[in-house]
Amino acid sequence: MTDIHIDITQKTYAAKGTAKAHLAIENFKLSLESGQFVCLVGSSGCGKTTLLNSIAGLDTDFVGDIIVGQQHISPKIGYVFQNPRLLPWRTVRENIELALPKLTQEQAGFIDNLLYIMQLDKVQNVYPERLSLGMSRRVAIIRAFAINPDVLLMDEPFVSLDPPTARQVRSLLQQLWQQRPHTVLFVTHDLREAIALADKLIFLSPPPMQIISQIPVPLARHQREDETLIEDFRQQLLSNYPEITQLL
Amino acid sequence: MLFSNVSNRHLSQLSMLCFLGLWQGLAWLLHTPLLPTPLLVLQVVWQEILTGQLPHHLGITLRRLAISFAIAMSLGSIIGIALGRCEKLNAFFDSWLMTFLNLPLIVTIMLCFVWFGLNEAVAILAVVLNKIPNVIITFREAARVLNQDLLEMAACYQFGKRKTFQHVIWPQLHPFAMAATRSGLTLVWKIIMVVELLGCSEGMGFQLQSFFQLFDVASILAYTLAFVAVIQLVEIVLLKPLDSIGQRWRR
Repeated sequence: MTDIHIDITQKTYAAKGTAKAHLAIENFKLSLESGQFVCLVGSSGCGKTTLLNSIAGLDTDFVGDIIVGQQHISPKIGYVFQNPRLLPWRTVRENIELALPKLTQEQAGFIDNLLYIMQLDKVQNVYPERLSLGMSRRVAIIRAFAINPDVLLMDEPFVSLDPPTARQVRSLLQQLWQQRPHTVLFVTHDLREAIALADKLIFLSPPPMQIISQIPVPLARHQREDETLIEDFRQQLLSNYPEITQLL
Repeated sequence: MLFSNVSNRHLSQLSMLCFLGLWQGLAWLLHTPLLPTPLLVLQVVWQEILTGQLPHHLGITLRRLAISFAIAMSLGSIIGIALGRCEKLNAFFDSWLMTFLNLPLIVTIMLCFVWFGLNEAVAILAVVLNKIPNVIITFREAARVLNQDLLEMAACYQFGKRKTFQHVIWPQLHPFAMAATRSGLTLVWKIIMVVELLGCSEGMGFQLQSFFQLFDVASILAYTLAFVAVIQLVEIVLLKPLDSIGQRWRR
């Protein structure tokens, strides 16, 4: 099981050049159950990316503890970064396959399928410099899906996708998550998107980042397609928790 | 634009012809044994090939070049990458590097011969010691500017050391490696000449010294020409194709 327990007492960025030292996160406690879909909502620069980097183990320079899954077993983490981070000297297909420790026939088929759904099957042998930003983002999303992650970290993954594509990718994400539940942490500015996807919404304060409120989304999965239900819940949230309006 | 409908290949052939024309013209004008015509130099090359002298000495020099170049490149790249990636190591060794970089060529060579004697291994050591600081500097700069975002991506997706080097690090080092190779070949050749001139009884440098004592400019030019031809061949057969493989992903 891949529960996530986060207990960050303090995360500071040291002063560098003319920039002063910056206290990014303080007294941050959060526990996520395995298989939960959680959306993090907060203003830009509040420390969400720092939090994801710490969970991914890329940033270990903080006071506190983060436990992902059980001890002694390193979980598979799929991370969709804010920018696509593709290797420009490898083709689209190679970029995806490199994320897998070993490519099996079944995985190759899975990648074929994902490429087809994301309408990238025709460019799979192209180098990333020839792709638009939206296409590169979709490749990065496929890379994260392809490894069948235990934990999926997504840092505003649907920015710069056109609305129909974003909707399509969102429903694909839901579908994959329902087939094989894994813990998802999803950063977004879009409250409608967050309501459509999450089991739980977590609102975060400007730095030093703390949790303002954790709100469960009581909608069943099949209700998430209904835009009026989502809009109703959004209005209800904004009137019950006026403090979150300034975060959006 | 001028030459807009001439291909690059023809342009380089044209420039070669211009160079030869200029040389020939000057040689006619000055009419002195100190500047032989291109044709005369080619004749000397041919004679020296027939007597076996040129292939023999060129072969010896090229072998020394290959060995010292390989050692300098492999050691230099490893040390350079280590210094570029580890700030503490760099802080410690930076002054050593600067000292070696600024040590006059002749001093290193003389000290090597004085301390270790006149033999083949020492000749190669002298060349390597002269070349290695340049390789280190190039690779250190390359390792410093490695893309951190991509390294993080590789760490997150558990690429492991081998895969990270092959797919993330090496492609970023490639242009620097090519630059070090190109500048390296020519620099090593120049160092070898001095080493052979000072302390060897065979090789191009040794031969050039004999020609110099006789003021035999035609032979000096003939040997130079032969070497330049070899380096051109390496460029066309090896380096250009490597370049295009390394660059194919660029727009």
